Amino acid sequence: MMISSRVFGDNGKVKEYHYTGPVEHKFSPYAFNGGTVLAVAGEDFALVASDTRLSEGYSIHSRDSPKCYKLTDTTVIGCSGFHGDCLTLTKIIEARLKMYKHSNNKNMTSGAIAAMLSTILYGKRFFPYYVYNIIGGLDEEGRGARDTYKAGGSASAMLQPLLDNQIGFKNMENVEQVPLTLEKAVQLVKDVFISAAERDVYTGDALKICIITKEGVREEIVPLRKD
Amino acid sequence: MATVSVCQYHRGGFSFENCKRNALLEADINKLGFSSPAARKTGTTICGVVYKDGVVLGADTRATEGMVVADKNCSKIHYISPNVYCCGAGTAADTEMTTQIISSNLELHSLSTGRLPRVATANRMLKQMLFRYQGYIGAALVLGGVDSTGPQLYSIYPHGSTDKLPYVTMGSGSLAAMAVFEDRYRPNMEEEEAKRLVRDAIAAGIFNDLGSGSNIDLCVITKGKVDYLRPHDVANKKGVRTGNYRYKHGTTGVLTKAVTHLNLEVVEESVQTMDTT
Repeated sequence: MMISSRVFGDNGKVKEYHYTGPVEHKFSPYAFNGGTVLAVAGEDFALVASDTRLSEGYSIHSRDSPKCYKLTDTTVIGCSGFHGDCLTLTKIIEARLKMYKHSNNKNMTSGAIAAMLSTILYGKRFFPYYVYNIIGGLDEEGRGARDTYKAGGSASAMLQPLLDNQIGFKNMENVEQVPLTLEKAVQLVKDVFISAAERDVYTGDALKICIITKEGVREEIVPLRKD
Repeated sequence: MATVSVCQYHRGGFSFENCKRNALLEADINKLGFSSPAARKTGTTICGVVYKDGVVLGADTRATEGMVVADKNCSKIHYISPNVYCCGAGTAADTEMTTQIISSNLELHSLSTGRLPRVATANRMLKQMLFRYQGYIGAALVLGGVDSTGPQLYSIYPHGSTDKLPYVTMGSGSLAAMAVFEDRYRPNMEEEEAKRLVRDAIAAGIFNDLGSGSNIDLCVITKGKVDYLRPHDVANKKGVRTGNYRYKHGTTGVLTKAVTHLNLEVVEESVQTMDTT
């Protein structure tokens, strides 16, 4: 808001004099803590991977803060964005899982968790959780969704096109479309994060992969660039 | 025949010739819904130290565009004269052009005086130019060299202020680097100790600041000799990918093909390899 008034200058001529009125300061309830998450599913497996760097601005808060959270023996969720909301959201999800277990006497299925998460997030439609979520898991029969993949978080725009090409066989002709195996998926996820760490400043330090098979959830940790 | 003088000294006062044009362009672009391109900042760690026989300058090699790495191995230590080098932080184009302009003017000046240029001269030229532009040239510099008066180190800020100091750091990683200097700096160090100190200061910036990364470049300037060590230390190697991502011929669909023959005689053939790291 500008208020202008006329003032007589030294040489007798009138000159315009402007000054701004009251200034509004804003408090932002959100912070961006970086991090990238990735989920891939095959015929009989699912994997959720994330880097372990927690940053803010140009600084690093922690080099060992993974963004995958194990919910049940068949489901893992990856959450990145504002770390405060990630922690609160996972706490709420875990509480809701317990409530479901106590009232229905069985564990929630992956699909049910996803549907529940949607309602939890929409409940805060007008003051959202600043979290990018990806749920990876197996269904009741121990099957994953064939050849599905999703990237979220700060480097998602770099990872998604490569996954579209390598897993979805998009933009390629005369290529044999082999179904995705667990070994190929793990190798691809590692390579893709190595590339993301090269160009995204928020991604790096280490990569944690949670591999979900009918045997349960297994973890693998791979070092990444630390700069 | 008129000779064109390249070394033009400004008449005095501020030069805001392009401000009106820039404001109009900005308004036009915003009306169309686009935003004007942001200047690429180097998000850097640069530092310098004076030791027994001269100065050691250090810099990282990452250039960022927002929070994406634009160049993984850019050179931030710029040549000013055979005995004076300058590290630059801030807007990449500004540091590059400013150091080149002053380097050119200094060479003409040195031919006119018949002497090796002095670090203080380069400092004076840089600060007067930056002040003239009132901070709009986003160049934060660490200027170091050895001349007839001895080894000298200056830090130059975008608004035109300078400090003559035994150790300086600039850029987004300057706090991390200064922490190392404040811990281990001593006057009159030996060359190896000074190089180790600068290397460790830049490494602190590389690992603790997101705007800095990749390798460490060093420049050791002594009386009569300059060691431009690029890279001095490859602190971060690219991770090794296990998969093979080469595409076979025919993977990209060809819609139409038209071949036009050029009947030419090959006179000379030369190969220049591209840096694909």
